[in-house]
Amino acid sequence: MSNLLVENMIWRNIYCNVSKSSSDCIDMGYSFGVIPSGFEWLAFILSAISIIGLFINGVLGGVIVLIWGERRLFGRFQNRTGPNRWGPYGILTPVADAIKTMFKEDILPKDADRLLYNLAPIMVVVPVLIVFSVIPVGLGSYIVDLNIGILFVLAVTSISSLSVLTAGWSSGNRIAILSALRSVALLISYEIPMGLAVIGVIMLSGSLSLGTIVESQQIPYILVQPLGFFVFFLAAMAEMARAPFDLTEAESELAAGHLNDYSSMKFALFFLGEFMAELATAAIVTTLFLGGWKGPGFIPTEFWFGAKLVFVLFLIVWFRMTLPRLRVDQVLQFAWKGLFELTMVNIITTAIFIFIWPEPGLRELLILAAINWPVAIISIWGVSKILGTKQYENIESLKNENAYPYSFKTLPSEFYHQKSEGGKIK
Amino acid sequence: MSIETRPVTVNLGPQHPSTHGVFRMRVTFDGEEIVDVEPVFGYLHRGSEKLAEERTYSQIVTLTDRMDYVSSMLNNQAYILAVEKLCNIVPSPRGVWLRMIASELQRIASHFVATGFLLQDLGALGTPLIYCMRERENILDLFEMLCGARITNSYLRPGGVFMDAPEVFWPALDRSLGDIEKSIDEIEEYLSGNEIIFSRTKGTAVLSSESLVNASITGPMLRASGVDWDLRHRNPYDYYSDITFKRILHTASDNYARYWVRVQEMRESLKIISQCIKNIEPGPVRPSFDDVPRLVRPEPGDSYAAIEGSKGELGFYLVSDGGISPYRMHVRAPSLINLTLLREMLVGELFGDLFVIFGSVDLNMGEVDR
Repeated sequence: MSNLLVENMIWRNIYCNVSKSSSDCIDMGYSFGVIPSGFEWLAFILSAISIIGLFINGVLGGVIVLIWGERRLFGRFQNRTGPNRWGPYGILTPVADAIKTMFKEDILPKDADRLLYNLAPIMVVVPVLIVFSVIPVGLGSYIVDLNIGILFVLAVTSISSLSVLTAGWSSGNRIAILSALRSVALLISYEIPMGLAVIGVIMLSGSLSLGTIVESQQIPYILVQPLGFFVFFLAAMAEMARAPFDLTEAESELAAGHLNDYSSMKFALFFLGEFMAELATAAIVTTLFLGGWKGPGFIPTEFWFGAKLVFVLFLIVWFRMTLPRLRVDQVLQFAWKGLFELTMVNIITTAIFIFIWPEPGLRELLILAAINWPVAIISIWGVSKILGTKQYENIESLKNENAYPYSFKTLPSEFYHQKSEGGKIK
Repeated sequence: MSIETRPVTVNLGPQHPSTHGVFRMRVTFDGEEIVDVEPVFGYLHRGSEKLAEERTYSQIVTLTDRMDYVSSMLNNQAYILAVEKLCNIVPSPRGVWLRMIASELQRIASHFVATGFLLQDLGALGTPLIYCMRERENILDLFEMLCGARITNSYLRPGGVFMDAPEVFWPALDRSLGDIEKSIDEIEEYLSGNEIIFSRTKGTAVLSSESLVNASITGPMLRASGVDWDLRHRNPYDYYSDITFKRILHTASDNYARYWVRVQEMRESLKIISQCIKNIEPGPVRPSFDDVPRLVRPEPGDSYAAIEGSKGELGFYLVSDGGISPYRMHVRAPSLINLTLLREMLVGELFGDLFVIFGSVDLNMGEVDR
């Protein structure tokens, strides 16, 4: 308990202000507690509940700002204003949306599997919320620092993909089933490059705990692990089915995919889960590759985390706004033929480096960065050459003005019986 | 252990978000692969051809606007050409140049819509569509100056157009031509070389030029397969014989070729418009009412006139019995005829490409169902 109180700022502030006579708190100079001695267990439960409340509301508040920000950005990308009616700059639009969806009729399709149909929206939200519990938001600001943090994150995020399968299967809708199958294909393919991309980071920091990974980043790992960042970012985008990998709810093909039959709050929960997944992905990318809460010291660490988070979210929105969707075979090909090889290159270079310098300092890390960037650029170029589509051979000659007349098949003009008239009258 | 699998039949449409209107396809899938397609249409049938039998020749212009509502000017032009041929009307030169400018602008607008919606079907979440629609807005503003309407123009009359262009139109047209050229460059820069677009559209829905000719498919679809067939060149109506332009051809006959042909044709249309601006001279925009009365009564007979519409050969067939309204009107609608090979295009492709192929045909349900 005392260790936790020393390290974890959130726990310290809440627990010591609740419990009056805990000796650990008195040592640290807290004397304003309410609950008398002998009731430490009550203080513990109360502070745990308040932390849960704080953290769920924090995430939800983040999601509201994210939905607003994403829609405003969409507007900017598309030459329009975006939502601007409710609240200053339209910041209350997600609240209005939430109220609207709450009052919609809740529909249960006739063919639906009732239990799974109702379970799926819960399954999409809960795992993403759990992911946030291991992410260090600032120096000492975290819920829990698991020593297997990154494995926990990878394991839990897969569950929300399963919820798409559940939703698609239980709706009793053929289009939704297609969406569910695509989701499983994405999950199976992209879990592997995602897990392998993290291995470089784990090797460098020597720990699975997210807190230790942040602390061990003398320089952000994106400088040392460009390939790892690239692969992890793309695999995470695919994992949460964002464009250009948004196969599960491809609007132009599947209408809304697994969400076709959902309405009211169940739909809202899916929507919420989707945006929370975006937030969680950005948080994990920040933690693993951008140095987490680290930054120049005079500004609070939470601010640095937030700023990096916003940057990653902007990248995600930018991708989503500008790129068309890939076809399902191309998406899977990209995972197995492209990202998988890139992670292997990354692991091998990092392993050789760790073999030479088992405990790298700042100088060694800079050397690794100098090696890894050319390797990354060359290997990405190579993969794009192998996977890229070949241009038409004659496309350049087609653009050429002098290329006419062609040796194309031409039809005899007698096929067309009408005589020319218009041109003569003048 | 063997797993029993069977194909699944899904109804896509009429209320599907990307069927470009109300079109229904009963698609049979084997996994992601399309096995069979049965198109069902007629949801937007308004009986335009029958309605035309109850209207005078000038009133029918408003009906043609509503057939292909993204290229009304071209519909007007085809219909007016048929009426002029039926009644032996000699059009006024200024009116003809004006309607050529209007119809080429409309072709650019229609190709912008086709390109934008093709990219929307490719899964780009609205951004290219809105950029394309922005350019279309420019053109619609020009139409508003010409005739006061933006979509259902009814601008053309037998023998010319109903109103001369205002003074503000010409500088605005010059400005818009520059803007449109820039945005075509932008489209080419961002989209034509985009790896995702290229890899998704290259080699999908390939049709041989023989099958296209046999199915009497025309327009960009036919030119994308290398058949040099453009009515503006083959059978110059209006003053197209005085105009030089390049016929855009591609040999691949896949989705990318269709997209590419449309984008390049927009450039050619810009060239045609600037030639029209050079050639236009002051004068009346339509013959006087003594020559062409409001209520024309053609001699009994028939006429067929066709133009190169934005989607293919757009033809109007008129039969007159000597009365004030046609005895029968028939429209050769390119959207409908270009759908003939839909099944051949779709079978064997993946589900993800279904609506891309559908969009590459560039059809308009208002014209398919009429």
